[in-house]
Amino acid sequence: MAEIQALPLPVGAAKPPVRRSGWVKTYFGTPLNSMISLVSMVTIFFLGKLAFGWLVVNAVFSGDGLACKASGGACWPFLAEKLRYMIFGFYPFDEQWRPLLALVLFLASCLISMMPRFWSRILLYAWLLVVLPVLYVLMAGGIFGLSPVATSSWGGLPLSFMLSFIGLVCALPLGIGLALARASSLPAIRVLAVGFIEIVRGVPLISILFMATVMLPLFMPEGVTIDKLLRAQVAIIIFAAAYIAEIVRGGLQDVPEGQREAGQSLGLSYWQVMRKIVLPQALKKVIPPMVGLFIGFFQDTTLVTIVGLLDFLDTVRSALRDPEWQGIAVLEGYVFAAAVYFTFSALMGLYSRFLEQHFRVTHG
Amino acid sequence: MNFLNDMRFRAFCYQIGAIGLVVAVAWTMFATASDNLAKQNIATGFGFLARQAGFVISETAITYQPTDSIARAILVGIVNTVKVSLLAAILGTVLGLFVGVARMSRNPLLARLALAYVEVLRNVPLLLYLFLWYSLIIMVFPPVKQALNILPGVYLSNSGLVLPAIFVENGAAIFALFICAGLAAAILIRRISQQRRLTTGKPNHGTVIACLALVLPPLVLWMLGLVSFGWDIPQAGRFRLTGGLHVRPEFVALLFGLLLSVSASIAEIVRAGIQAIGPGQWEAAAALGLHRSRVMRLVVLPQALRLIIPPLTNTYLTVFKNSSLAIAIGYPDLVMVSNTVMNQTGQAIETIAIFMGVYLSLSIAISLTMNWYNARVALKVR
Repeated sequence: MAEIQALPLPVGAAKPPVRRSGWVKTYFGTPLNSMISLVSMVTIFFLGKLAFGWLVVNAVFSGDGLACKASGGACWPFLAEKLRYMIFGFYPFDEQWRPLLALVLFLASCLISMMPRFWSRILLYAWLLVVLPVLYVLMAGGIFGLSPVATSSWGGLPLSFMLSFIGLVCALPLGIGLALARASSLPAIRVLAVGFIEIVRGVPLISILFMATVMLPLFMPEGVTIDKLLRAQVAIIIFAAAYIAEIVRGGLQDVPEGQREAGQSLGLSYWQVMRKIVLPQALKKVIPPMVGLFIGFFQDTTLVTIVGLLDFLDTVRSALRDPEWQGIAVLEGYVFAAAVYFTFSALMGLYSRFLEQHFRVTHG
Repeated sequence: MNFLNDMRFRAFCYQIGAIGLVVAVAWTMFATASDNLAKQNIATGFGFLARQAGFVISETAITYQPTDSIARAILVGIVNTVKVSLLAAILGTVLGLFVGVARMSRNPLLARLALAYVEVLRNVPLLLYLFLWYSLIIMVFPPVKQALNILPGVYLSNSGLVLPAIFVENGAAIFALFICAGLAAAILIRRISQQRRLTTGKPNHGTVIACLALVLPPLVLWMLGLVSFGWDIPQAGRFRLTGGLHVRPEFVALLFGLLLSVSASIAEIVRAGIQAIGPGQWEAAAALGLHRSRVMRLVVLPQALRLIIPPLTNTYLTVFKNSSLAIAIGYPDLVMVSNTVMNQTGQAIETIAIFMGVYLSLSIAISLTMNWYNARVALKVR
């Protein structure tokens, strides 16, 4: 191959611009860009220094509240001492292996269920007939020689997971039903569904929680009382169902009308068309936004602390109010709670993105 | 036998059945509730609204005394809710716009920083942030006795920020009138100038004249001495500060929490909207010789706006509903005032019905406004 030779520049011609390497151009291409880079670097440096100083350099690694009060850094002994309380709440101390086991079992089952290759009817039955009953027995006890634990002593992270997960699982069929009702050709049913969905979506979750905890007992016949936890759970289910219905409606609208008509012309009934043709296509499309919705609900369960349930945020807050640590480890507690919520939410966010990619690749 | 297979008859039966079921459930609940209330000696109805409230509200945007009626107290709550959500929505939108554009920056450092900002805000519950900001304010700033006097008349302490307040001494009505007139004139002038520029293609000074029309009338009024202002300077007493404008920590924590969460949502919406505009638009505008920042402002953003409006509506509805978290840190919004009323009068059903009704109607109002705006900016297909 002939070597390409640089021609001598004609006299007086402008020199070609100096080609800088990609790295320099990316960060210092123009004066404005250089300034942005510098400001960003300074910001990152100071944030890093602040975090490192607080978490490591100035931190207290052993000792008690007084040692922590003296230093300006993070108070690790607080975390070590209060960790079990923050995660499990008032669950009987000697029995705390049960919620721990339940938590591990739950997370492991979730991890397996998250892989699309395991999706099947068997997985659904396994959840309904094995995993959920086992989780309930572990938490509540009463049989197999496990001492019974009242729901009023459930708390912490297992409670947060339970409220959001059970909420979504129960709200899913309800939400699908509402979405079908909203898309129905029968005006009365459509109006009822629209009314329910829009009312629930138009008011804050806290008002539905208030309704469930303050108002619902008034609607019950005398002598009938419903568990406080169950009432909050019902409120979350109702709330979630309305939002799920809107997402599923989007999925239903995406299924071409021809699919429904083809099914009808084969002589299938309305329910057969829905169950075998429309819903499978619609639901597949809404899985990624549903995961996004679940992230929101996981965070929204923190609101139950306002109506007096001991979810994870509440146990963290009551750990902060412990007289021994009061006013000393405020930041530590909140940062720990934030880190826990961040980890789970961010993982689910990654999963949602993975699913979007997965469906794009496998289903056109 | 034949009419059982008639589609119309069956549809009719299903609908009657559904309505009957709903009515039956509602009737049973109503009957049990009135039975229970009668046993507990709680009167039903909204008569309690006229009673004297008797409780103090720490922050009131409209005048309120404990001797006022409960209805007035609830109105204070509504105004507080609207105040904090409106401010959070406006400030959050401005901040979110910047973060969203930063997220699209070609400088990886800035883009990553913006990404981290959004992720940290979106993956942690808002309630946790509210608690965190509130306790940080309480912890970091000194108690009110040792309030920091950062500027003359400005005091900062853990019970909030106290600023000198400006108020209209006399001529408030005529002043407001002149401001409204100036605003109307400014909008009119701006519209005419824009129209003229579009038809002639020549730049004009419409914006400058509009600004003058906005500022001049109140200024002239003030110079003529028809309106005068007074200052309410806060006084440091032994135990507390009196006078001035008091910005409370509950309000600051709530506003801060809400506006940060709004900004994160809006940053994502803006990014998605900008990314949805094809690269051909960028290239065509660049080929016309427009600078990157002008391409963004004149070509890409106006198109992205159409995609941005519907999710933006949802964000505004969310911040309005999320302002109800105020009760957790003690800002007297609608829910917190209602809760106090509920505890005091025992009228749970009526109070909850009121605040749900207020949220519902304001939500619908926001939706309608945004839909109207959406219809205005939507692509006109002729």
